[in-house]
Amino acid sequence: MINLAGRDILHNWGKFVMTGAGLGLLIGVTLTMAGVYRGMVDDAQALIVNSGADLWVVQKDTLGPYAEPSALHDDVARDLLLQPGVMAAGNAAYLTMQIQQGKREVRIMLVGIEAGKPGTPAYLVAGRPITQSHYEALADIKSGFSLGERIRIRRHEYTVTGLTRRMVSSSGDPMIFVPLKDAQEVQFLKDNDALLNERIRTNSAQRTLDASSPSSSQMVNAVLVQLKPGFSDESVANGIRRWKHVQTYTRAQMEEILVARLIATSAKQIFMFLVILSIVSAAIVAFIIYTMTMNKIREIAVLKLVGASNQTISGMILQQALGLGLIGFVVGKTAATFWAPLFPKYVLLIPGDALRGFFLVMLMCALASSFAIRAALRVDPSSAIGG
Amino acid sequence: MKSALSGIRNKLHKIISTHAPQKTILLATLTIPAFLWFITTQGPLAPVKVTTTTLQTSTLHADVFGVGTVEARHSYTISPVMTGRISRLTVDQGDTVQTGQLLAEIDPVDLNERLTGSRRMTARVSYALAAAEAQLGEAQSRHKTASATYQRYVELRSRNFVSQEMLDARLHEKNSADAALTAANANLAAAKEDLKKTSSDTEGIVRLLKQTRLTSPVNGTVIARHTEPGNIAAAGTPVLQIADTKDLWIRTRVDQQQAGGLRVGQQATIVLRSRPQNQLAGTVARIDLVSDSVTEERIVNVSLAEGLSHLGENAEVTIALSAVDMARSLPAAAIKQINQQCGVWLLQNGQARFHAVKTGITTRDGRIQIMEGLSPQDEVIVYSQQALSEGLKLKLVRELVKS
Repeated sequence: MINLAGRDILHNWGKFVMTGAGLGLLIGVTLTMAGVYRGMVDDAQALIVNSGADLWVVQKDTLGPYAEPSALHDDVARDLLLQPGVMAAGNAAYLTMQIQQGKREVRIMLVGIEAGKPGTPAYLVAGRPITQSHYEALADIKSGFSLGERIRIRRHEYTVTGLTRRMVSSSGDPMIFVPLKDAQEVQFLKDNDALLNERIRTNSAQRTLDASSPSSSQMVNAVLVQLKPGFSDESVANGIRRWKHVQTYTRAQMEEILVARLIATSAKQIFMFLVILSIVSAAIVAFIIYTMTMNKIREIAVLKLVGASNQTISGMILQQALGLGLIGFVVGKTAATFWAPLFPKYVLLIPGDALRGFFLVMLMCALASSFAIRAALRVDPSSAIGG
Repeated sequence: MKSALSGIRNKLHKIISTHAPQKTILLATLTIPAFLWFITTQGPLAPVKVTTTTLQTSTLHADVFGVGTVEARHSYTISPVMTGRISRLTVDQGDTVQTGQLLAEIDPVDLNERLTGSRRMTARVSYALAAAEAQLGEAQSRHKTASATYQRYVELRSRNFVSQEMLDARLHEKNSADAALTAANANLAAAKEDLKKTSSDTEGIVRLLKQTRLTSPVNGTVIARHTEPGNIAAAGTPVLQIADTKDLWIRTRVDQQQAGGLRVGQQATIVLRSRPQNQLAGTVARIDLVSDSVTEERIVNVSLAEGLSHLGENAEVTIALSAVDMARSLPAAAIKQINQQCGVWLLQNGQARFHAVKTGITTRDGRIQIMEGLSPQDEVIVYSQQALSEGLKLKLVRELVKS
């Protein structure tokens, strides 16, 4: 038994492959769009996972530190260590800001960390962790900074000693880690003009600026808490909320805040686009297969004339449609994998999406070919001669 | 009809026999494995790329970093003891001054006049003293005469030559002369005290006058001039600041976590904010007993070998601690804390395994001493593309980021 579909494809294989490739690029775009959506959600989750915390302790009645401003005294971390179930607590300061790299402006999230405490990046891709108590920084590779580069942040220059990966804020801005005291200074110490102004206002020359004075910067944005094994996060969080008079979020709650509230609208926006793109892609796949079959209507009429069975004809159309879908999927997946890293923000291609995409493409092809088959079977064999 | 049929036959022939089916199979056998290889190695299913290292033995130089401000070891505030208008300021910022040198003068207002008055008063009191002495002489003389007269009358009365009444009159004269003498003595003593008082007053005013002249307590340099001539300086407010600028030190704040190994006498390198390229030498001169409990920093005073700096300038201080010879060490990026447990990830048979180690000192260039827990053959993971977990599939590469 000869394979009619294979023969037909080989007969005009250039056109077939080109159609498949075109279709593939469309599928690639759809897959990428899914990746953009996943990446967006993953950015928010990366923030949670990378902080290494089980609980976030923030200012009372706020959704801090990522979704709302929050300020706490930095000695709260020490109080928290006395709570049952708390293994480690680290202060963290977050500040989204713009810094210069040569002539380029980079939007970053500045994170103040305490060495060895929760909040420190769990892994590096190059360099070394911060060992100096001041003026050293870890930069995310996405920020474009390289090892040894000097970054000017407000008053001081910081040396990049290590590079991290996937350390981003919920909006995808790369993080720069600096020692907590430096971050506090950046956040709470004003510029020189403001300081002078303040001095004149308070009429006290001594009080306002002493860069190292404790009064200028004792606040942090959040305390990251790690739990001892065997303690439930909700019970420890309840204890802290009740007795320490601060707001405490568990990992699940923080995820809810970030994913369901902070990036909700933009994620929905992308998702909506993804849905429409999927529908459009499906429609285009259907049209292509339908028109491809319609172009061959004469040949099909001939086949009928020579007595080919309905099954043979519909098999041929179905196989061609599925083949087209397969080529399209392979091209699309390859293309998406190639261009995903070029995007400025993170594009996360997950195998589940690809698999789902594969079945959807196949289903669409099968569905579209059923219309084509119906049209083909209705064709009058005599049109082969009359035409 | 015949031509139409032959046309159909041609078309069928075209469809069925143009190419051999082997080509299709060949194409499929090439593309499908290629695509599978592509999916498993490039996309999200690819193994995590890592770099590894092994233990290295070398001398480790641990050091401690802190930030501080340049301060004079001793600084003197010059301020008046009484409120007054500054009439003269003889020095300005940067001037070198000697011990006892006149720096400023406060307008004495009426002090000079009060001194003159006080001196006049002294003169006047000394005249009063002379008068009192004369009066005493007179009283003494009268007392002598009255006493003698009374003795004579006592004699005469015993022989009944004079009446009792006359004797009583003489007794009264003698008593009043006695009282006059006591009064004259007291007057003289009072006059002497007056003289002492006025002398003390004069002395006091002279002293006060001296205080209107502000002088330098040490050899040093004027580092601040807080006011100008004509201004009123309240008692105790600073007018000038003097410091010994050859004896400077840097009040350095060192994180308590790293301050354990600090000792007086350790060598330090100092980088001033104004001269980031130059490294200056210094020595730990004093470690303050009281640390800053709020910022959790210890205050370490590092003396500067060269006395060439501006006070209050920001400085970065690196203090060298003792070196450890033949220390086995790993890059600091390899050491992880998992559940309060210090350890490293090892690459074993293409998979990640966590392994606890005991660490020693950390150097500032990012090496951590390994006390125990590793053998020199162990392949320790330094960098990884993502957070590692037990049994994760890994792929060894030379570097993750192209340098």
